[in-house]
Amino acid sequence: MTTETAWPDVRGDFPTLDQEVNGRRLVYLDNAATTQKPRAVLAALMRFYERDNANVHRGLHALSMRATDDYEGARARVARFINAAAPEEIIFTRGTTEAINLVAASWGGANLRAGDTILLTEMEHHSNLVPWQLVAARTGARLRYIPVNGDEGLLDLAALDRLLTPDVKILAFTHLSNTLGTINPAAELCARARAAGVVTVLDAAQSIGHMPVDVRALGCDFLAFSGHKMAGVTGIGALYGRRALLDAMPPWQGGGGMISHVDFLESRWKPSPERFEAGTPNFADAVALGAACDYLDGLGRAAIQRHDSGLAQLAYDQLGQLPGIRRLGPRGERGGLVSFSFPDVHAHDIVTFADQDGIALRGGHHCNQPLMKKLGLTGTARASFYVYNTAEEIDLLVASLRRTLQFFRGGPA
Amino acid sequence: MSSDLTDLYQQVILDHNRRPRNRGRLPTANRVAHGDNPTCGDQCSVYLRLEGDRIADLSFDGSGCAISQASASLMTTLLKGKTAAEAAEIYRQFHEIVTTGHEPEEISDLAAFAGVHAFPARIKCATLGWHAMLNALTDRPETAVTEDSPP
Repeated sequence: MTTETAWPDVRGDFPTLDQEVNGRRLVYLDNAATTQKPRAVLAALMRFYERDNANVHRGLHALSMRATDDYEGARARVARFINAAAPEEIIFTRGTTEAINLVAASWGGANLRAGDTILLTEMEHHSNLVPWQLVAARTGARLRYIPVNGDEGLLDLAALDRLLTPDVKILAFTHLSNTLGTINPAAELCARARAAGVVTVLDAAQSIGHMPVDVRALGCDFLAFSGHKMAGVTGIGALYGRRALLDAMPPWQGGGGMISHVDFLESRWKPSPERFEAGTPNFADAVALGAACDYLDGLGRAAIQRHDSGLAQLAYDQLGQLPGIRRLGPRGERGGLVSFSFPDVHAHDIVTFADQDGIALRGGHHCNQPLMKKLGLTGTARASFYVYNTAEEIDLLVASLRRTLQFFRGGPA
Repeated sequence: MSSDLTDLYQQVILDHNRRPRNRGRLPTANRVAHGDNPTCGDQCSVYLRLEGDRIADLSFDGSGCAISQASASLMTTLLKGKTAAEAAEIYRQFHEIVTTGHEPEEISDLAAFAGVHAFPARIKCATLGWHAMLNALTDRPETAVTEDSPP
């Protein structure tokens, strides 16, 4: 039996949160866009630059060897964070977008032919949509989509058997929708795809820092994520790929660090991960990403999920009191965010008013234009939660929204 | 409510947002142009019936925040009957008001938009319909964009 312990007050770990905005204590509810960074992550970054900074690999001097150890240590740490079989299955990238572009360009370029199908879902972020459109245009492959069942935001899994035809070569989908808050049944989708011989790509940008993510339990072939949405710094993320797939993939960028031999006419490649990391890699930010893994595991990712999802559920319920509100996503279990809209007050007006109360929201299409169009929306406001948010902040949000609605609707001030 | 915010959302703006004037497609239009703010998803179409050099009638349609919708609505009330040169001059005044906050010497509803200058991110909202209007006047078919594309 597990004992439910009180969630710790971690706000003090995050220097950015120690400020007022427009005269109010900052309430940061834009975590799906980027999270704040704990002092431990910032310190790891500073420590690296102040003590170990040198270019990695091939270095024969002390600092270069230390920097290489730090960088490869971060790779091993990330591998452990997602339960990859080996550090060589982790390729550092600028973030989720670059990781998906890598798969699309390298795996897609080598394996997709005219007439093949790339299967996506209607809830994909533009970063898991546009790279596939690019490779489809180049190879003659076509795109198909698993439908979303309206505002509730669930995938129509009944359609999957019909959609998993022999021409489908790859299925790429989001683990946790940044607009709907839906947590997709990733293990089930990956298992059904694998049974059909289809390679899977999981976009874990929104799930990685908010819930346990175990690539072997999920059974995905590739997984992409960003460090800055999981308490890490910007500019670093990773692609996980199963070793056998990575070893068969061609490079996607050429340069130093990725070759085993270069001649005037041709070159040979190193194995993964170096094959996919041309040029000087972003080792300093990778070290900070390792520190972010430590920080989140210190809190425990199952506990973080209970906290974030609990807040989102509470927000979903409390926002329901506001007249005319339309809330997106599942009523039951959801990731740590809620999108909502009003017929008479635009999302950007909502966000501007909330900002005056020191509350950071996001408004717009959330890089989900096709989904917005399908739902008949031009945009929504979104509140997204993280480890430092509290139930009291949801009360502040609801009170602020109430004042905004009164202002626009001409009710009592 | 902060004073900046009440400056931004003046009564004139709220009124035009609640009851937009000249909204919808203009059946007699002989010019049309579209404005688009990709980050916001705001859209605005402006329909003109030009008779010679004069705007005989105009309307707008679209969706967006209160600032963008009210601005387009007010614009349609101010430009009816104006020549292309007069419309361009009114836009110049409007642009100065939203970027500097300086209110015009003549009394004008345009002054309601002076509060926008304190919110630089909203200037593109205020000018969206106007850019579409200018494109319609000069018969440029491309979509007017008052911001850079999103990352």
